[in-house]
Amino acid sequence: MKELLSGNAAIARGAYEFGVTLAAGYPGTPSTEILENLARYEEVYCEWAPNEKVALEVGIGAAMAGARALVTMKHVGVNVAADPLFTAAYTGVNGGLVLVSADDPGMHSSQNEQDNRYYARFAKVAMLEPSDSQEAKDMVGLGLEISERFDIPVMLRITTRVAHSQSMVELGEPGPREIKPYTKDVKKNLMVPAFGRLRRVSLAERMARLAEYSETTPVNFIVRGDDNVGVITSGISYQFVREVLPGASVLKLGMTNPLPLQLIKQFASRVKSLYVVEELEPYLEEQIRMLGIKVTGKELFPVTGEFSQGLVRRKFVEAGVLPAPPQAQDNTAGLPQAPPRPPVLCPGCPHRGVFYTLRNLKLTVTGDIGCYTLGGLPPLEGIDSCVCMGASIGMAHGIDKAVPGLKGRTVAVIGDSTFLHSGITGLLNAVYNGSDTTVIILDNRTTAMTGHQDHPGTGRTLKGAGAPEVDLTMLCKALGVQRVEVVDPLDLARLKEVIKAETAAPGPSVIIARRPCALLKREPKPAVTVDREKCKGCKMCLKLSCPAISVTDNKSSVDANLCVGCNLCVQVCKTGAMKGGSADA
Amino acid sequence: MLKPVDVLMVGVGGQGTILASKVLAAAARAAGYDVKMSEIHGMAQRGGSVVTQVRLGEKVHSPLISEGEADVILAFEQLEALRWLPYLKPGGTIIINNQRIYPVPVLAGAAEYPENIIGKIKERVTSVLVLDALQKAIECGNAKAANVVLLGALAKQLPIEEKIWREALAATVPPRFLEVNQKAFNEGARC
Ligand SMILES: Cc1ncc(C[n+]2csc(CCOP(=O)(O)OP(=O)(O)O)c2C)c(N)n1
Repeated sequence: MKELLSGNAAIARGAYEFGVTLAAGYPGTPSTEILENLARYEEVYCEWAPNEKVALEVGIGAAMAGARALVTMKHVGVNVAADPLFTAAYTGVNGGLVLVSADDPGMHSSQNEQDNRYYARFAKVAMLEPSDSQEAKDMVGLGLEISERFDIPVMLRITTRVAHSQSMVELGEPGPREIKPYTKDVKKNLMVPAFGRLRRVSLAERMARLAEYSETTPVNFIVRGDDNVGVITSGISYQFVREVLPGASVLKLGMTNPLPLQLIKQFASRVKSLYVVEELEPYLEEQIRMLGIKVTGKELFPVTGEFSQGLVRRKFVEAGVLPAPPQAQDNTAGLPQAPPRPPVLCPGCPHRGVFYTLRNLKLTVTGDIGCYTLGGLPPLEGIDSCVCMGASIGMAHGIDKAVPGLKGRTVAVIGDSTFLHSGITGLLNAVYNGSDTTVIILDNRTTAMTGHQDHPGTGRTLKGAGAPEVDLTMLCKALGVQRVEVVDPLDLARLKEVIKAETAAPGPSVIIARRPCALLKREPKPAVTVDREKCKGCKMCLKLSCPAISVTDNKSSVDANLCVGCNLCVQVCKTGAMKGGSADA
Repeated sequence: MLKPVDVLMVGVGGQGTILASKVLAAAARAAGYDVKMSEIHGMAQRGGSVVTQVRLGEKVHSPLISEGEADVILAFEQLEALRWLPYLKPGGTIIINNQRIYPVPVLAGAAEYPENIIGKIKERVTSVLVLDALQKAIECGNAKAANVVLLGALAKQLPIEEKIWREALAATVPPRFLEVNQKAFNEGARC
């Protein structure tokens, strides 16, 4: 039976069919739906880990003990998990271990567009790259097989357009979920220097055998066509090339570490002109050039952003491979520019009040990653920086120690999921090193940005079971923070008072701004109404950046279909024109 | 040999573009097409613009539609129709829901919502179909069915039999909403 599946759903299906016993990950677009789909199969144990490093370690443990394991994360998650990854290449596996890295060329929802193919080469693990959902599913099975046969973790690298595109997948029957026998073997698994050196040599041997395998694996194949033009490609770019140059010869690389160097040489020798079509870095191109082969790659194709068949076609026209298309009439000339429609904090979002207040107090705010990063955009503009998950606290501490003028004027803001991911150690450092930093934990009781996943603070697991809820106040106190305050971020007066007090106070402070995500707990109160007589058109309410509020003819109005009655605008309005619908606000 | 058809659905997070694309994909499969579909999630729920690309054909390679390639654009909102117009193929059809949803830069007075979008599109494109899907959906009994009104209008533009559409709709929407959605589909198909 065939089904239309996204790449992510296909990977989940693959894990189910090919005997995965355990799966772990941390949410991150475009990888999140893999575990969300897999969790629906009763037979497979799945969990959200607090971060990617822990997720990979969970997978490494399961694989060492003999189970097949799948670990999922977005591309930047592999940075967090890099430490165990590099040494897991040394130890190898027992049950198969596949690590899915979901890259995001074009940065649809990421802070960078790093090309994780280099990780496979750097860490010396095998890498597979699917170009549609069927391949994504099949490569889970192949990856597990390779992992066991060559005693190596396998990275399955997908990109946004593979993860989030749907195509037809042939469903198979699930195979057995076997656990291989485990025997203690310290020379393989205990990486002290003496044993590490042995495994380093073994790793070189394993990579050499893998390189031989790469020459004959069915996922590296040639589509024979006209030999005037040959193209080497992998991943989604393969689909663009097939569409644009249906008659050309194509070497499609499904296994991109190690590369099949002989196959590449042989292919190159048969075609007249050779092109490499790959998104992001010249990963294939560099290795092909090292073989002394003449090839056109990044001098023609961009190193930034996502490709499309439109772009690939334009580039082959530029190179003279394709004839220039007839000049199409431009039917868009003279049309007005469409104003952007950026994502915004939802009506009733508990983060809004915090950024409004921080901006008002003119504080320097180191930010972090989550929905709340939107609080840095106009008109809220309540954040100065965003680098990576967890960075806010370390950065605020660095400012506090280095720049006297900003002491007591710097605040870190971090979401609950992000704090548990990688904020705890930053806070521990701030306490240990005598910081005067103030940290605001935006505790909306969920991982909202990536679609509301549970985490150790929510009291529920990925499989839907109950779980202990970490007590953030006690956790911060245990780290040594003396001053911990809990506030409701919809109470602007108290929020402001607490932020002023805590930034002024010596020593590190934590403010927990607690209120569930407006999408999570939908209990809308009556909408705010505007007294048009009283409204003076001062536009104070617009500073909240609420999608429900607009001003026409110098009078504010509130869209009753969007407003959930959070009453922030009522508190901000200086003329008393905004009327809250409920008494308890 | 099935003629390839590329459909671009554009709108604003929360307008139900995903359900509409699901029904289209199911209908296309039942009609014997190979289907690929691509959508950008991520920030969609936060009121950003959303786009779903659906490609049908004998054998589809790329899941994406490039500029100037869409046979049909189904625009759930006027401004999004304007934004994605360059993706319409010469001679293609654009179906526009005449609803306006103001983006925050417009609400905040930092940008203007362009005047007379539909008129300007009509000056440049021969095949433009405009409907008030929201109003029709409300008349059918549920404002949320505006997406299915639009789907009804789309169905008329594609070489897929009506019976197949109806089965795809029934297989995709929850049973308790089926009646409303069937009405909505009929309303759209009449436009
Ligand atoms: C290392 C890494 N992993 C995952 C992500 C994807 N990601 C971005 S923000 C976020 C979590 C946001 O949750 P939270 O901090 O609770 O903030 P909220 O969105 O709920 O406001 C995740 C998982 C990332 N950017 N970097």
